[in-house]
Amino acid sequence: MHVFITDALVIDLEKETWQCRGCETELGSARENYKSFLRVRPRNPQDIHAPIIDKDRYEFTFAPDPEWTRIVEYYCPHCARQMEVEYLPPGHPPAYDIELDIDALKAQWADRDALTEPAIGPAFVPPQHHHRKGGE
Amino acid sequence: MTLDLNESQRDANPEAGDEGVSEILRDTSLFLAPDPLIMNNHGMEERTALEHESLAAETDPARLEIVRERLLAGANESFDMLESMGAAPGAKWGDCVSAIFTASGDLSLASTGGVVIFCNLVQYPIKFINKYWTNEPTVGVREGDAFLVNDARYGQAHNTDQSMMMPVFWEGKLVAWVGATVHEGENGAIEPGGMPSMAEQVWDEGLKMSPFRVAENYTLRRDIVTFLQNSVREPKLQYADMKVKMFTCRRLEQRMHEAISEFGLEAVVACLRSNLEDTDVEVRKRLKEWPDGTVRHSWWTDGTLRENAMIKINLALTKKGDRLIFDYRGSSPEFTNRSNNSLDITLKGMLAQLFLTYIWPDLPRNQGVLAPIEFIFDERSILKPDFGTPNAQSMMSVFTSWSVAQVAVMKYLYSVPDKYTRVIAPWFNMINTFLFGGVTQHGEMVGNVCADINGMGGGALSDRDGQHSCAPIFATMADLGEQEFMEEEMPFVQLVSKKLMKDNQGFGRQRGGMGYQMILALRDSPVWGFMLTAIGSKFPNVPGLFGGYGCPTYPLCRISNVDVFETMQSDPSQFRYSIEELMNEQPFPEGEYSTHPMFMPYSLAERGELYMIAQGTGGGFGDPLERDPEEVMRDFQEDLVSEDVAWRIYRIVFDPETRIVDEAATRLARDEVRKERLDESMSFDEYCADFVTDAPPASLPYYGSWEDPAMVYAGSPDRYYPAGQVNPPVIMPNPLEVKIAKLERQLAEARQG
Ligand SMILES: [Zn+2]
Repeated sequence: MHVFITDALVIDLEKETWQCRGCETELGSARENYKSFLRVRPRNPQDIHAPIIDKDRYEFTFAPDPEWTRIVEYYCPHCARQMEVEYLPPGHPPAYDIELDIDALKAQWADRDALTEPAIGPAFVPPQHHHRKGGE
Repeated sequence: MTLDLNESQRDANPEAGDEGVSEILRDTSLFLAPDPLIMNNHGMEERTALEHESLAAETDPARLEIVRERLLAGANESFDMLESMGAAPGAKWGDCVSAIFTASGDLSLASTGGVVIFCNLVQYPIKFINKYWTNEPTVGVREGDAFLVNDARYGQAHNTDQSMMMPVFWEGKLVAWVGATVHEGENGAIEPGGMPSMAEQVWDEGLKMSPFRVAENYTLRRDIVTFLQNSVREPKLQYADMKVKMFTCRRLEQRMHEAISEFGLEAVVACLRSNLEDTDVEVRKRLKEWPDGTVRHSWWTDGTLRENAMIKINLALTKKGDRLIFDYRGSSPEFTNRSNNSLDITLKGMLAQLFLTYIWPDLPRNQGVLAPIEFIFDERSILKPDFGTPNAQSMMSVFTSWSVAQVAVMKYLYSVPDKYTRVIAPWFNMINTFLFGGVTQHGEMVGNVCADINGMGGGALSDRDGQHSCAPIFATMADLGEQEFMEEEMPFVQLVSKKLMKDNQGFGRQRGGMGYQMILALRDSPVWGFMLTAIGSKFPNVPGLFGGYGCPTYPLCRISNVDVFETMQSDPSQFRYSIEELMNEQPFPEGEYSTHPMFMPYSLAERGELYMIAQGTGGGFGDPLERDPEEVMRDFQEDLVSEDVAWRIYRIVFDPETRIVDEAATRLARDEVRKERLDESMSFDEYCADFVTDAPPASLPYYGSWEDPAMVYAGSPDRYYPAGQVNPPVIMPNPLEVKIAKLERQLAEARQG
């Protein structure tokens, strides 16, 4: 059975592995940090959030300070989907962000039906638009 | 890391079993400071005898629901009164709330609109009044009394709010409390507007109202009102809103009395109590549906509002069965002479808001939602400062802590089959708005904040873009206000108002809701100034989710040495309608153009000089390379993204004239990027070996843990202490003295030649 843990990552409960949701590549043990199975790329934050005002003339430009900010991107090693992005001070260790109790997860899903798509939650139903009191 | 749960339980009830001792202490105490027994317990009080009897007598859930709807109608009616009569700018845009509390003080029912955190925190001053004033011969609690509080340490979101509380009696017995809270703004602090970033001591923060009686027999005491008016910059506002809050409380009291007359006392008491207990039960049931485990997320605020500093907020969120534990240990130590510290109760109240608006918006709005949830903090940390540490700008740490929790909760929520709302990328969380103070064109002294505080961009969802400048994180139904109304009362004009800023976007497969720009200038006033109290000019304020990016950083831009009202007369073609054009084209030849962080102490303004900022964008969701090219073209058409972003981030090949996408070329270009990603990336082990360091860079003024949450840095690599034991504590130098020292050094060097 597959459990959609994030928008990009699936856990295969029988195999106890992380998988890429996009290309279904098996990444590694679900009992370990999924990041250790991905490709990692540190980025200068200004390559993403480029200056909006002239950086030659101004100190603050709407772009993060590279001395203060590093963006770390994580990709599927097979299809290169960007699965996670971390903003860190330069040198800071990446977070072990999702550490699940796999035995508890298996027990929990033993009573559930498998999903073929992530459950995205209730649909948004806009309230009826009306211009007069009473809603005509 | 193991979790010491005994410690957290002990923390919640440090003096249990010492009732007799604390009674003696109360009688002999020279000063009734906030009571740790009250302040450390965010859970519900025990059932009272009357609650027991009432719940036994009233067992029909349908009948209790009718009572609940009746009381909620009263709360909503009184909220409407508060919003339409309130004199404070905050009241006019929904930065207020009204609510009903049990006799013991638990928040049972908040109005549907308004700010839940406000009334969540009013439980504490009510409990203080119950404990200390009821049997105090010089005070007492009687029908027709009203009490007021603003000191956050006794239970307020921050000192700029004022809460009124009124006991509800029935046949001579206290059966409930009602309350009304407004973000009043001005409170006599060292700077106008009630949120002083210059406060270095709690005594710089203005009014320090512990819970005290301000009305008897439903009549405000004029001597007390005069004292309060005499303590603030807006005496008219102080009086007007005390009256408004009292009438709001009276209407709630009236609706309570009517409900008791119709349904009986037991039905009303059972309703208030079951609201809390049912919510608690329902929350535990829903938590069981989440996966068990630990989610970790940290973020950094990049300033104290006086200087830039890298300040860590660290969270390990553990969920096991029906328990959820927020462990914020490893966060920055407190700043003993800065105002950016947040009380733990403020964070707890904000997290109630997170659950009641972003996770389970169908639940009744009461404090039962937090009953199953546990918290762990380091003592004397930025999230649990000492009694004497300023907290007037708690938003600088509490909003970041809230966003850290929002991200962590979403990582639990995504896999849960039954959801009550959708997974969402982080909402923008910072108060990118102007505070102001001075004398208006009508000759009145004022000090307050612009409604643009409410224009935060919404986070993206898995299948939908975020909403532009939508609502603040603390009140989903707040309003942005009408700028024109503001200009009738205030001497400044927003020349560009509510115009979305191009490329100010949280990129993703679905993009975040964007923030608008504000360009304003003072027009007619003998003395007027602005201030800014936001962070995020070096390190962004929020991330994206699941492969999306966060917001960029935000500066304050200024053009001085120009009177834009004159140039509009003499040569209107000089003006530009965006920050980007004004700053890059520099159209005023004499103008002086500068950028600054988003914090600026209160500074006097000149007529016609320009102050320019932008509201922030919510985080993006998913890989931007997967964004539908047509959606990028729609953003391009609406001038929300530039050609550069459409190519550099989203990799769309298109004709800028016709906006026709070359789909085949776009696919190829995107595949090229994917190839580049694999070529230029490395394994996780390589990354950790080559790019992770043992300590923060020496050049970074760093506060909080690095890898080990039990140890924290206090500003430099050599100041490294066990968390909660930073000694000497963090005391920041005066930024002006730092600047003078630097200039003197330069001068000395220049003299030596
Ligand atoms: Zn893949």
